[in-house]
Amino acid sequence: MNTAATDPALVRFGRYLRDNPVVPLLAFLLLLIVMLEIMRPGIVTPFRAGRDGLISAFWVGNLIKFAIPLAMLAACQVLTMLTAGIDLSAGITATVAAFVCATLSSIWGVAPAVFVALSTGLIVGLVNGIGVGLVRVHPLIMTLGTGLIATGCLQVYQRLVINAGSEIPAFLSWLGTGRTLSMPNGLFLFVPFALFIFWLLRFTGFGRLLFALGSNENAARLSGVRAWQVYVALYVLSGLIAAMAGLLYLGMIRQTSLSLANPLLLPSVAAAVIGGTSIFGGRGSFAGAIVGALIIRVLDTMLTLMQMPEGARTVLFGAVILAVTAIYVRITASR
Amino acid sequence: MSGTQLLDATGIAKAFGAVRALTDAGLSLSEGEIVALMGANGAGKSTFVKIITGALRPDSGKVLIRGREARVGSPAEARRSGLVPVYQEPSLIPDLDVADNLRLTDTRVDPFMRWVGELGIADLELSDMIGDLPLATLRILDLARALASKPDVLLLDEMTAALPTDLVDRVLKVTREQADSGMGVIYVSHRFSEISELCDRASVLRDGKTVGDLKIESGVEQRAVELMLGQKLELGNRGVAETRSRTEAAPRVRVRDLAIAPRVTGITFDLYPAEVLGVVALEGQGQDELFDCMAGFLPPSSGEIEINGKPADFHHPADAIAAGLKFVPGDRADALLAQRSVRENIALPFSARLRNWGNLKLQRERERVAHAIEKLQIDTRAQGEVQRLSGGNQQKVTIGRWLATGVDTLLLFDPTRGIDVRTKRQIYPLVRELAQQGASVLFYTSELEEIALACDRAIVIFNGRVVDVIDAADADDQTLLHAAYGLTAQEGAA
Repeated sequence: MNTAATDPALVRFGRYLRDNPVVPLLAFLLLLIVMLEIMRPGIVTPFRAGRDGLISAFWVGNLIKFAIPLAMLAACQVLTMLTAGIDLSAGITATVAAFVCATLSSIWGVAPAVFVALSTGLIVGLVNGIGVGLVRVHPLIMTLGTGLIATGCLQVYQRLVINAGSEIPAFLSWLGTGRTLSMPNGLFLFVPFALFIFWLLRFTGFGRLLFALGSNENAARLSGVRAWQVYVALYVLSGLIAAMAGLLYLGMIRQTSLSLANPLLLPSVAAAVIGGTSIFGGRGSFAGAIVGALIIRVLDTMLTLMQMPEGARTVLFGAVILAVTAIYVRITASR
Repeated sequence: MSGTQLLDATGIAKAFGAVRALTDAGLSLSEGEIVALMGANGAGKSTFVKIITGALRPDSGKVLIRGREARVGSPAEARRSGLVPVYQEPSLIPDLDVADNLRLTDTRVDPFMRWVGELGIADLELSDMIGDLPLATLRILDLARALASKPDVLLLDEMTAALPTDLVDRVLKVTREQADSGMGVIYVSHRFSEISELCDRASVLRDGKTVGDLKIESGVEQRAVELMLGQKLELGNRGVAETRSRTEAAPRVRVRDLAIAPRVTGITFDLYPAEVLGVVALEGQGQDELFDCMAGFLPPSSGEIEINGKPADFHHPADAIAAGLKFVPGDRADALLAQRSVRENIALPFSARLRNWGNLKLQRERERVAHAIEKLQIDTRAQGEVQRLSGGNQQKVTIGRWLATGVDTLLLFDPTRGIDVRTKRQIYPLVRELAQQGASVLFYTSELEEIALACDRAIVIFNGRVVDVIDAADADDQTLLHAAYGLTAQEGAA
């Protein structure tokens, strides 16, 4: 079986890409940026448009700023997909957290509002975890169901607090829209968060178990893993992350709505998949999903610049995601 | 009674990758004949049956049906040429009722119901859901459906397994009657009593070759056992060092009257510290359930397991592991994270418990994994993904996982199946060494000669019960095979 020495170069290259899945993604991201620059000279490199600067810090900062909430929701998808699950309630959980936080801030003050907002994420996650881990409902169905329930609850809640008005906590605005050295302040949240996820997946027993459950749940059981414990912890964590992403997004958009972060859900799944996370479990990385989120943002900008009608943009967006994923899977498939 | 020749298969060979399942198998069958197809575990029976019935294509060899070369490329073609199999697993769809299942195969209802009655099932309704019926009934329905299609050749695969005695008698009677009216029957079975009662001839497979065609007469059991064994490949010196006196030590595992629905009815044995206890059984005698139960995957229906004097109550494999029972399953695919590294696979149990979910203790992990790899001589050139390892090395990883955690009691289910001789030779001394260090090992193997090579004693399981306990010193293949077929030494010699 051990033929590494005699493998043709192509196979070895494929294996290299497979072991370092972020490399081709970064290359693709750069390619997209170059294409964007060709379409609209000067957007990335101001000097070509006669202004100062080699690379526009403003543009890069903007790209990163809007990729952050997407990447955080993509973390929910990566973590759950590693166990062959998915979290379709992440978008609405983020929306609920944002809405609750905005409305309660004007009544109770900021700290309790943030606390309650995060708790809603925890509760949705707990219900998901119990459903998936103990009742053994398929994650797709379970999170779809809790997502719908949360949507309904949010509508009821809105009627209760209709007169209270809303208020965006100042620190969330600072985090969402402020800049430090032209980089978005959101990085103050995101960098520690990303390090935490890397640590979790690489250096903890819990991370190992996520990969193990997604690779072969039976083998994990055989080794003494009580799978339900892992699922409950996983979905609670996913709910908390979604709520955090919702708060950040609230500070960024500075509006409340009943569907604030919902449109981010499917792009978050796409970011995870483009980033090399297998929906069948056992394979994936958060680094890939971050690059995936950046790719989606650049694509979005490109399609906007093309000034196509909304429908055509969406079609093209879907087609590109399919193409990227298909090529990527082809390159890195096991041989 | 030999009429027209119905089936003549000659020179059938089939390989799966490097494994040559069949090298030269053959079988002929005439009208009115019942031929038993026999062979020890792994002799190639299932592959041969699948080829005859069109489920697999042979690499070489010919199958003649009524003298014409048949290209049985699919089970449907085999059916059309009159060859109908009844497999151990009923081929009925659980979510449909009886009538719908008949419609799927274009079976006419009247003859089907007549056969159902003939075979002793009185209260069947066409609207009964298949999923609600007991296994024994399903097997009868499968047989009735086959008979209703008026086959030329009927293939019965362990037809009487899972049937109560009264139904067995009915099935044998009907089969005989059908043969007398001209049908040919291939009867795959482990049960000598039925074979000698029912069959005209027995064809014996060994290591993928048809090695004999016996007339059924008195003393045929002895001859069949000899043929099934043949000259076995010598695997090396016997590793049994000493037979310990076990009287002073208390047993580590006591199993009493263990029953596990549906197949295991009474298993009792003691497993001592520093002992390798072999388990000898033909396929499907209840050994799978025994191991699954001891590993915490399957609850017993009655009886008890005691570990170090404490009754075991396993709800999850984690409970069994906590009690010291470490299980290596028969199918490596069940035990491995195929896409993960050797290290992660071996270290998996370290992270299993809630309190070990935090920071990995990488230093300790590296040491223990390295120790297990060295101990088992795992070839780690392709350690990035376990699926890139050879079968033997994969098996070593599944054992190494438990060596790394420390072993009290190891449950090895056929650990040498499908692996190369060199790896096998590394596994026996390892098992012996574990026992010498005080571990208890329960060792099921489908290869009889391994009992003498690795074990101190062996229990023999037949039809869900322990029928014999054999000391390794007396465990020559003949004795074991006789016992495994539920025969005593006297019967065999008679």
